[in-house]
Amino acid sequence: MLLSIRSLSKEFPGTKALQGVDFDLAAGEVHALLGENGAGKSTLIKCLTGAYRRDAGEILLDGAPIDPASTAEAQALGIGTVYQEVNLLPNLTVAQNLTFGREPRRFGMVDRKAQSAKARELLAQYGIDIDVERDLGAYSVAIRQIVAIARAVEISGKVLILDEPTASLDAAEVKMLFSIVRKLREQGLGIIFVSHFLDQVFELSDRLTVLRNGRKIVTERTRDIDRLRLISYMLGRELEETAREQRTASNSKDQKPMLRFEQLGCKGVIEPFNLEVGKGEVIGLAGLLGSGRTETAELIFGVRSASTGAAEDDTGKISHGNPREAIAAGFGFTPEDRKVDGIVAELSVRENIILALQARRGWAAPLSRAEQERLAEHYIRLLDIRTSSADKPVGELSGGNQQKVVLARWLAMNPRFLILDEPTRGIDVGAHAEILRLINEITREGMAVLLISSELDELVAACDRVIVVRDRRHVAQLSGERITSEAIVHAIAQPGAASHTEAA
Amino acid sequence: MGQTFRRITPQLVTLALVVLLVTVFFPNFLAVSFDGTRFVGPVVDVLKRSAPVALLGVGMTLVIATRGIDLSVGTVMAISGAVAAWAITSGYGLVGAVGLAIGAGLLAGLWNGCLVAIVGIQPIVATLILMTSGRGIAQLITEGRILTFSDPNLAFAGSGSVLGVPFPTILWIATAVVVALLMRRTALGMLIEATGINRAASALAGVNATVLLIAVYMASGFCASLAGIVATADIRGADANNAGLWLELDAILAVVIGGNSLLGGRFSIAGTMIGALIIQTINTGIMLSGFPSEYNLVIKAVLVLIILVLQSPNLAADWLFLKSMLKARRANVRSETP
Repeated sequence: MLLSIRSLSKEFPGTKALQGVDFDLAAGEVHALLGENGAGKSTLIKCLTGAYRRDAGEILLDGAPIDPASTAEAQALGIGTVYQEVNLLPNLTVAQNLTFGREPRRFGMVDRKAQSAKARELLAQYGIDIDVERDLGAYSVAIRQIVAIARAVEISGKVLILDEPTASLDAAEVKMLFSIVRKLREQGLGIIFVSHFLDQVFELSDRLTVLRNGRKIVTERTRDIDRLRLISYMLGRELEETAREQRTASNSKDQKPMLRFEQLGCKGVIEPFNLEVGKGEVIGLAGLLGSGRTETAELIFGVRSASTGAAEDDTGKISHGNPREAIAAGFGFTPEDRKVDGIVAELSVRENIILALQARRGWAAPLSRAEQERLAEHYIRLLDIRTSSADKPVGELSGGNQQKVVLARWLAMNPRFLILDEPTRGIDVGAHAEILRLINEITREGMAVLLISSELDELVAACDRVIVVRDRRHVAQLSGERITSEAIVHAIAQPGAASHTEAA
Repeated sequence: MGQTFRRITPQLVTLALVVLLVTVFFPNFLAVSFDGTRFVGPVVDVLKRSAPVALLGVGMTLVIATRGIDLSVGTVMAISGAVAAWAITSGYGLVGAVGLAIGAGLLAGLWNGCLVAIVGIQPIVATLILMTSGRGIAQLITEGRILTFSDPNLAFAGSGSVLGVPFPTILWIATAVVVALLMRRTALGMLIEATGINRAASALAGVNATVLLIAVYMASGFCASLAGIVATADIRGADANNAGLWLELDAILAVVIGGNSLLGGRFSIAGTMIGALIIQTINTGIMLSGFPSEYNLVIKAVLVLIILVLQSPNLAADWLFLKSMLKARRANVRSETP
């Protein structure tokens, strides 16, 4: 075995993050590491890369025990890591990034020619031919990802850890990345692959290990396991029927719509569209990245100002020119990038949950501490937010739990129209199913939801109506029985559309 | 209350150590006596002289909590002082003079706040504009001279005392308490912290970040105007060139020594106030201890450096690590010796 982990344990105040976990990685294999949020994947990886010190257990690399105290030490030992949010410097050139810390020198100065030549040579092994003198930030996430891999392999060269490498890539880029990973596998590297995308796990990995609540559940050859069994290992329960539930909200059709947006649009951002929202309705918004999905949401919530159009409900015109007005009109919005636009990382879970409510009440009418605690406790229980305390800074929670906190913030406002932009991106299967269940629940009480998602299954499962957006235009609308993955893909890929679909 | 106390414990310990250090060189430092009308003694002097920095520190804490900084406060002190002196000599009376001086401070804050929150200029640059140009404005008001006055009512703000306690002391403590209560008894404190940590997310949650930012800079201008009135009243004259000179840096230092992060977010006004006291204790202590005056700034710099190094979170981690190492070694020794 290239890498063996024996009964690894790591404890944090209040939680046992890892309990006696075993893990083996052979040279020339891709080993997928799976588990829900908080299962211990990140902790395991951080123990490997020296970001955390383990409490107990041993790690053997090529049969020799190692104990990396820093990422630099782990790299020197041969363990390189590439993270989802690429850990490179976007304002340096590609060549500088690739040779950072080991620049070729001439008379004590950095030899730029040799630096560029070396960078080109490195990237050529991956079949990439780009201008290495340009800033890394000028390239797509996929290229940055490959540069990060090239750097990690160059420095370390035994074990490569890929932590959610595909989260922000489209289908073609994923294909390119996978061919590179396969090539590295043939060269004899051991690769640990962490991903929430089960399709990708089945496509790429040779073996997989499932963690749950800090314990190892199973290690199996990927071809010996099927999807249903894998999911039940991850969730620790038999999977419920995930087929499309016959939603009951369709009666809203007969009634007058609750909200009407007419000719809402913004020059150069999205063409004017009409949208009617019924009570308790779930409207899906499908389309490729950059097609105008998020822009639609931003216009409705007043994040961008509309150049045309108006909104009205039964009582008359509504103004929604900025988020405060939109909130006053009873709208809510959970943005796509929860880290940047959603959570306030250093404030507690409690403060994050009450933030919108407090902002609406105004500074002079503070919620009492008792009321805050009651609300926080209520939503922590309702949404099953995993946190040791309501006073823990929200930045310390895992991604799925952060998403639930942002959701709780809006549920506490009891809006009539909630916009969810990619609510399940980057979160695990369990939280995923829970959020879909939650959408179902809140709409039963009359709240309407606009669900933006790249995952067609999700739209098919949750929506009463799906609007397809393409090239900054609302191009099609599907409802009832006509909502199927095929129909959505078909609508997205109408003549002139790109040949690959990110959502598929 | 317990939480607040725990938060400022390092600052209290530091203050105690500084006082102890000063007492070693000047044993009578803690002696306080009553001379018939007021308390006198080095400690009373520290409490009085820390007024300008403490007042500036109150506003600066709020500005820094929003991830900003206000470099103009020293200049705003000069402007407000000049306005007060000009108004009192022009016959506007005490209320008029104080009102106009505070108005000038609020106006300066409004200007800074609009540049930061609406125009979107980085706070350090936006407030630098007023920091450099403001002294010119103050000079225009005083017509380039030191504008003196003799009104005893205004002079009271600098040298008067109530129940034996210097008025400046009462003013800064009262301002700090009122502002701290306003922050924590209402939701202002949390909203300011949320804006400082993540303005985009706060705005999406409906927090009126723009108004909040402007208000914070106006609060800073208000505090600076109070400090300006005290400084002017103390010397019975407005010196446009020297009033509040470099005090913005002492105010920032007080915030930092008070344990507040320059990156914004969580803040403690109590921490800043102790920071201001630490700075003034060092200033007064150096003078009292009788070192040649050319050493003053060097000694102050060394002490501040020591304090900041001791408070750095990196060092705290190292300290914990060292402690656990020692513990482990001791345990080893014990297990080896039967």
